[in-house]
Amino acid sequence: MLANNEIELINKRLERQPNTTELHVFDAMWSEHCSYKSSKYWLKQLYTGYDGDHVISGPGENAGVIDIGGGDKIVFKIESHNHPSYIEPYQGAATGVGGIMRDIFTMGARPIANLNSLHFGSTDDKRVIDGVVKGIADYGNCVGVPTVSSKCHFFECYRENPLVNAMTVGYTNKEIFTSIPNKKGIVVYVGAKTGRDGIGGAIMASEEFIEGEDKRPTVQVGDPFQEKLLLEASLELFETGTVIAAQDMGAAGILSSTSEVALKGGYGIDIDISKIPLREDGMEPWEILLSESQERMLFVLNSEKTGEVESIFQKWDLDYVSIGTLTDTNNFTVRVKDEVVCDIPLEALDAPELQRPTVKVKREDINIPVVTDFDMNWVWEQYDSQVIGNTIQGPQADPAIVRIPNSKKAIAMTTLSCAPFCYYNPRSGIRNIIYDCYYKLMSVNAIPLGITNCLNFGNPENPSVMHDFKEVCIGMSETCEELLFPVVSGNVSFYNETSGKGIMPTPVIGGVGLIQDYENSDYNISR
Amino acid sequence: MKTAIIIFPGSNCDNEMERFLYAYTKIKPIRVWHKETRLPNVDMYVLPGGFSYGDYLRAGALATLSPIITELKKTDRKILGICNGFQILCEAGLLPGTLRINSTEKFICKPIDIITWPVHHQRRIPIAHAEGNYYHPNPAKLVEEQKVAYSYYLYENNPNGSTMGICGIRNNNVLGMMPHPERAFESYHCSQDGFKILEDFYA
Repeated sequence: MLANNEIELINKRLERQPNTTELHVFDAMWSEHCSYKSSKYWLKQLYTGYDGDHVISGPGENAGVIDIGGGDKIVFKIESHNHPSYIEPYQGAATGVGGIMRDIFTMGARPIANLNSLHFGSTDDKRVIDGVVKGIADYGNCVGVPTVSSKCHFFECYRENPLVNAMTVGYTNKEIFTSIPNKKGIVVYVGAKTGRDGIGGAIMASEEFIEGEDKRPTVQVGDPFQEKLLLEASLELFETGTVIAAQDMGAAGILSSTSEVALKGGYGIDIDISKIPLREDGMEPWEILLSESQERMLFVLNSEKTGEVESIFQKWDLDYVSIGTLTDTNNFTVRVKDEVVCDIPLEALDAPELQRPTVKVKREDINIPVVTDFDMNWVWEQYDSQVIGNTIQGPQADPAIVRIPNSKKAIAMTTLSCAPFCYYNPRSGIRNIIYDCYYKLMSVNAIPLGITNCLNFGNPENPSVMHDFKEVCIGMSETCEELLFPVVSGNVSFYNETSGKGIMPTPVIGGVGLIQDYENSDYNISR
Repeated sequence: MKTAIIIFPGSNCDNEMERFLYAYTKIKPIRVWHKETRLPNVDMYVLPGGFSYGDYLRAGALATLSPIITELKKTDRKILGICNGFQILCEAGLLPGTLRINSTEKFICKPIDIITWPVHHQRRIPIAHAEGNYYHPNPAKLVEEQKVAYSYYLYENNPNGSTMGICGIRNNNVLGMMPHPERAFESYHCSQDGFKILEDFYA
């Protein structure tokens, strides 16, 4: 919920009181999940590469892009879906995988591998473990992307705050598309119909949980078959040369995708939400804007060649509708037919950056359990790790290795975390994780290319949590710069707290490296 | 040998199947979209693995309503169905029996040893499925009519509760199987037995 001083700031920026729809818009866009208001200041200091290196696109885009030579590009990102996975483990984890894969193909790359890093309370927490693993498996298997790496960690603090971090690596040798339009065009909505699922998801993920409260309606429901159609149709659409910009609909759905595209391009946007295909009757304008129904995309297209675009979506049986245009007004304008329900300057939507107070506290000693009663093969065999036929090393080995289609190149990839180390000393903890990741990639003769990070923390309003966060960011920046190992994408998940009990600082690192010739490389074959 | 791959919405093993068939035949397979009403003139039609129509209702059930299935029922050329392709062929009545949810109630992905029928040769081919539990009320009749093409090697290795461990069925010109031969031919795959499956079909 918006704080009082935030409401005052909104009134000042608008020079009037916002209406109900506008208030919902601010509430979602200024949530921690959408705005990164607590973390922005520290994230800006991360090492993201130097001018003229192999990084094509760094943090801020849907995913990071790295050039691996010969026109080949690797696109990757890791993302959390912690809060939904606690409320409804199966759907929460499944839609987490769906969301991160959409981030990758939104940039024009085909997903070639999925990875995940999971933190649970203990091995007997069957409800969460079974649901999460099956959710990840069903979604990835159906879309046809191999899940090549999965790590499970167990510690009491995750019992009511399980962490589900999913990473996808994509590949393309064609053009990369971004969410930044360089000219005006028509705004097109593609994919599943909009329903009431996931309304307020972004806000839910920006608050602590209170026991007994039912948050289930805020969780989205996944449809991997729809995602597969959307994936194939999107990749065909990119080939036509009509795409100006693309953005997937994640947190705060239509609202954040339309406003972000306009804001990044320096344009205004004017959309009519009465055109959006709906799954339910009687949805309020703000519900339509905030719905987090899955498997939806936003494209900015040239107005020419509409026949070609239409035939692609007809082939794949997907809903597609033009909902508006980019404008020169710099305003975010939403209509229901002729009635304007929201009209605010886009800059006013930019949440104020916070520098939250930090305090260092002395850590009490903890017992780190040794887990022997959990069979990782039970997890790994539920994932299709071999689909697409390019898996050289699957989840049984670390790092995983996936070949680039029709080439001698292969990509080594892994995820790493070590929360107890970060609990005692966040700065050297993250340093240890990044070095470990770097050497792991080197161990299979891969050239380390870059990392993506998922920073899982407790409540940022707690100064000791903020201290851990600050230390992790500083440590990561220093270590990455030393190793020339840039951060190209990432995600922050705060508020991993239930009834006042939070998690240890748990940064998860996803690292990617390049093997030039997999036939003449040393890797430990384990099949 | 010329081949064609029939692609349904939700097929996801089509790209590796294309590479596999090309590696064996040295001729690029023709890709056929399920809405087509005419089959190309080739020697073998392949239905690849995947999740046609998301496997909603039952695996393979909705795909049998595609126009291309009507054409497949008329042809006397060879038809090979892998995984979801096998499920579609069973649903369409081109092969006897049906495929149920695995007895483990979990998706299973691992390399596994299978044997050919009626003469036993061992092959190592990966499986990856959630609905691969083959059921037929009268397996003895299948053996007698030489319709069993493959079974899991040794009864204890049966991963999913299939009748008699059957994982491949042959009916005249049609072969369906759960294991994925297109995932067993590159140097880094678990074996290079994939091509032997094509040879078994042609023997």
